[in-house]
Amino acid sequence: MTTDSQLDLWEVFIQSRNGSHHIHAGSVHASDRKMALQNARDIYTRRGEGTSIWVVPANAIAASNPDDADMFFDPADDKVYRHPTFYTMPEGAKQI
Amino acid sequence: MDHQNTVVRPNEERLSKFEEHVGEGKAVEPRDWMPEEYRSHLVRQMSQHAHSEVIGMQPEGNWITRAPSIRAKQILLAKIQDEGGHGLYLYSAAETLGISRVEMIEQLQTGKAKYSNIFNYPSLTWADIGAIGWLVDGAAIVNQVSLQRTSYGPYSRAMVRICKEESFHQRQGYEIMANMMNGTADQKEMAQDAMNRWWWPSLMMFGPHDGESPHSANAFKWKIKRHSNDELRQKFIDKTVQQAEVIGLTIPDPDLKWNEEKGHYDHGEIDWDEFYRVIRGNGPLNKQRIAHHVKAHEEGAWVREAAEAYKTKQAQKYN
Repeated sequence: MTTDSQLDLWEVFIQSRNGSHHIHAGSVHASDRKMALQNARDIYTRRGEGTSIWVVPANAIAASNPDDADMFFDPADDKVYRHPTFYTMPEGAKQI
Repeated sequence: MDHQNTVVRPNEERLSKFEEHVGEGKAVEPRDWMPEEYRSHLVRQMSQHAHSEVIGMQPEGNWITRAPSIRAKQILLAKIQDEGGHGLYLYSAAETLGISRVEMIEQLQTGKAKYSNIFNYPSLTWADIGAIGWLVDGAAIVNQVSLQRTSYGPYSRAMVRICKEESFHQRQGYEIMANMMNGTADQKEMAQDAMNRWWWPSLMMFGPHDGESPHSANAFKWKIKRHSNDELRQKFIDKTVQQAEVIGLTIPDPDLKWNEEKGHYDHGEIDWDEFYRVIRGNGPLNKQRIAHHVKAHEEGAWVREAAEAYKTKQAQKYN
């Protein structure tokens, strides 16, 4: 078999309706952004699943390392005062 | 001596952490540490699954130009396009394990990777399109519903997406069968003939009996598999018998009988000699299916080359 290019890898993010987040759906192969968008449409939105698509070259995404997750997310672990349940409210106070 | 221990210990530690993690029903994501065997099991299973979707387009493609109405033709085209899409979801998910699309295609074309045996049988009549949708997709759905809870995140997510789309496939197949069973004597005979030819291969789709399933032990421990081959096969039989009865089709198994005590159907013995004969490449159409895939792949090479050339040219223009 010859060295056959299967084109570049793009990650696909789909917004299901206006007002929602774009959510990762999977990936496609394409040689440029226009082809990536069209392929993503054909593969991930055949039943009206989307109102908007983002495609991102897979090698442009930086991802945190799961092995470092404990350390990486550690700064948020000891700040309970960031949650509303941390505070003591006076007895009888309403709508707070 | 010590040297060996220092190499082994960290991995053992990671393995027990990994097993604890999947044991709690938590998902494994692409960049998480995983045992090599977990990775290779998934690569094999997911690529085989993807190849099945893609090769599965062939028996149905055989009927596009001969579909009996424009409605049937549109539906069949949409279904085949879905199968292609399902193959791509799965290739995309398998690629997260570090295997490239090129490698997977090469493994398919050289016979190193398998695809579902069922697609080595021919689709001889229009009723076969009904039987494929109803029985083959029906069996696939039972398997895929179970795989929605598989431990590997990208595989599980692809399965959820696929299951949403598959029920249209099964219903369109059942509708074809029901229509034919409402038709002329010849049409009824054609539907029953398709039933007779597709029933047993559909049961074989679930793989060997649990005792003879070669890759099962770790697959269960690591929650790649959630239900055994026999459990899933039983589930398929139990729900399909009633559907056959409703439209007047006979299941070609004289030993099929409701077992009140078990609450399941008992069924006759599957011809495993045939199963292994087809798996080893001696089914009716093994060679033709791969030859067709190679041909389509090679004939499409110029498109990929042109796309690459266009990309290079655009890059030069704007740099």
